[in-house]
Amino acid sequence: MAIGVKVMQRPDRGVSYVRATLKGMALTFKHLLQPKVTMEYPEQRSSDDWRISTRLRGTHRMLTDEQGRTKCVACGLCPQVCPANCIKLVPGEDEQGNRYPLIYEIDEFRCVFCGYCQEVCPEEAIHVGVHYENAEYSRDRFVYDHERLVAQTHPVSTLWDPADPRGE
Amino acid sequence: MTPELKGFLLFSVLKMLAVFTMVMVGVALLTLMERKIAGWIQNRPGPNRVGPWGLLQPVADGIKNFAKEETRPAEASQGLFMLAPAMAFIPAVTLMAVIPLAAPLPLEVDWTLPLIGRIVHTGDLPLVVADLPIGFLFILAMSSLGVYGVALAGWSSNSKYSLLGGLRASAQMVSYEVALGLSLIPVLLLSGNVAFSELIARQQEGLWFIFPLTLSFFLFLVSGFAETNRLPFDMPEAESELVAGYHAEYSAMKFSLFMIGEYAHIVTIAAMIATVFLGGWDIPFTTWDEQGGVLQTLATHAAFFAKMFFWIFFVMWIRWTLPRFRYDQLMSLGWKVMLPLALAYIMVTAGAIWGIDRAWPAAGPVGRSAALFGLNLVICWLVFFRLDRGRVMRGVSSRPLARARVEG
Repeated sequence: MAIGVKVMQRPDRGVSYVRATLKGMALTFKHLLQPKVTMEYPEQRSSDDWRISTRLRGTHRMLTDEQGRTKCVACGLCPQVCPANCIKLVPGEDEQGNRYPLIYEIDEFRCVFCGYCQEVCPEEAIHVGVHYENAEYSRDRFVYDHERLVAQTHPVSTLWDPADPRGE
Repeated sequence: MTPELKGFLLFSVLKMLAVFTMVMVGVALLTLMERKIAGWIQNRPGPNRVGPWGLLQPVADGIKNFAKEETRPAEASQGLFMLAPAMAFIPAVTLMAVIPLAAPLPLEVDWTLPLIGRIVHTGDLPLVVADLPIGFLFILAMSSLGVYGVALAGWSSNSKYSLLGGLRASAQMVSYEVALGLSLIPVLLLSGNVAFSELIARQQEGLWFIFPLTLSFFLFLVSGFAETNRLPFDMPEAESELVAGYHAEYSAMKFSLFMIGEYAHIVTIAAMIATVFLGGWDIPFTTWDEQGGVLQTLATHAAFFAKMFFWIFFVMWIRWTLPRFRYDQLMSLGWKVMLPLALAYIMVTAGAIWGIDRAWPAAGPVGRSAALFGLNLVICWLVFFRLDRGRVMRGVSSRPLARARVEG
C-alpha cells in the first residue's frame, strides 16, 4: 500500500442499494425545499455572512490633499518597486520647486495587484482599492491616467499588519 | 371521401398537431425544469435571469442553438453524421403517439367546413393519436430504434470518445431492452392485452398494476432509466470519462436534437409508467371519469398529466441523487440481476395467476389483484431485504483483488 493513501472502509455486505437510494432521495428532497443560499450578485452585493475584505487589493486610487491637489510628489519609488513594471511616471516641477507627476499612468492589465506601490509610497498617495467591477469596452481604457486615478472614489485597502495578521 | 373518413382524418391531424406541439414545448420546458431542480437540490435558485423565473430560458437556448455555427469533423462520415441526430430524435417523438392522454371524448359532429366540405364524426373520439392494437410493443420497438441514432452518431463522428460512447450506449440499451421487455410480460399475463386502452380498462376494473405487479413496476422503472440514458445509467455520455460521449462532435441544432430526443424519451417513459402501472388517465375511487364528457376528459387529462409529471420529476430527482454506475456494475446489474429477476417474476406471476384462478374462481378483478398484491409484498420483501444486501451492487472494496491489497 502506498504511503499516505487513505482507504475508505466502505460497508460491503448487509447494505441494500435500494434502501440506500431511498435514503439519498430523502436527503436530496430535503435540500430541494431548503432556502437557497445563492447571493444574486448584481442586485445583492454583500450579505451578513459574505462581505468583501477591506484588504482586497483591487484597482488603484490616487489620494489628494485638502486643496484637491494630488498627494503624489513624483519621487519615483512606485515605478521602481513595481514588479510588473506597470506604472509610468514622468516627474515635473512647478515654480516653487514642488515636484508633481506630469504623466502618471497605471496599466491595470499588467498590474499584479501586489500592493507594493501603496506600501512604498512615502506620501500615502497611491493606493490599491477595494474595488472589482472594472469592465470596459476597449483595452485602452484599462490604462488609468492620473486624472482618472484621482477621480476614483472607492475605499482604499488596508495593508497587511503583522501585528494583526487575520485582520481582526 | 366519405364525410366520416374526412372527420376521422381531420381529427387525427388535429390530435397529431396537438400532441407534437405539446411534446416539443414540454421538452423545452423540461430542460428548464431540469436546471431548476438541479439548482434547488443544490440550494441554488437555478436559472432566473431570462424572463420571469427564467421561463424564457428555453427560448434563449433555442435561439442560441439555431444561430450557432455548426462544426463538422473533416474525417466524419458525412451522411451518417447528418442522419444520426434525426435517428435519435424521430423515434423519441413518435412514441407519444400511442399513449392515451385522456378519457375518450364523445363527439357528435356534422359540420360543413370551407375547403374540406362536410365532415361527420359520431361516437367516442379516443384521445390518442393512434390507438394501436399492438400498444406497448410499438413503444418497445420504436424506443429500441433510438439506439441506432446513438450508435451511428458515435461511429460516424470518427472520434474515440464518441465511438466509446456509442459502443457503451448500444451495449447498455441492448442489455436493458431485454429487462424492459420482460418486465412487461407480467402485465400482458394479467391483462391479456397489450393495447393501452385495454390496459387502462383492466386497471379501472381491478387495482392499478403497480399493486399486483410491484416488482414488474420496479424493473420497468430501472430499465427505463437505462433506456433513456439518464443518470445513474448515463454511460454513453459520461462526461468525466468520455468528454460528452456520442455527441462530443456535435454542435448547434444537431446537438439540440439529441437533447430533445433524450427529454422526449423521458416524457415517454414517464407516460408509459403512468399508463401501464398507474392506471393512465384513471381517477381512482370513482367511476365518474368513465361516463364521458368534456369535463371528464379534462379531469382525466389532468390526472394523467399529474402522474406523468411526477415520474418526470422522479427521473430528475434521481439524477441529482445517485452517482453514475461503473460500467461493469451496469452490465452485471443488467444481466445478472434484472434479467433473472424478470424471468423468475414472469414464472411466479404466471403460476400465481393460474393458482388464483383455480383456487378462487369467484375472485373478481379486484380480488385477483389484491391476492397478487399480497404475493408481491412477500416478493418485494425477499428482493429488497434478502437479495439486495451488497449483492445487487458491489463497491470496489468488496472485490477480492482490492481487499487483498488493503489487507496486505
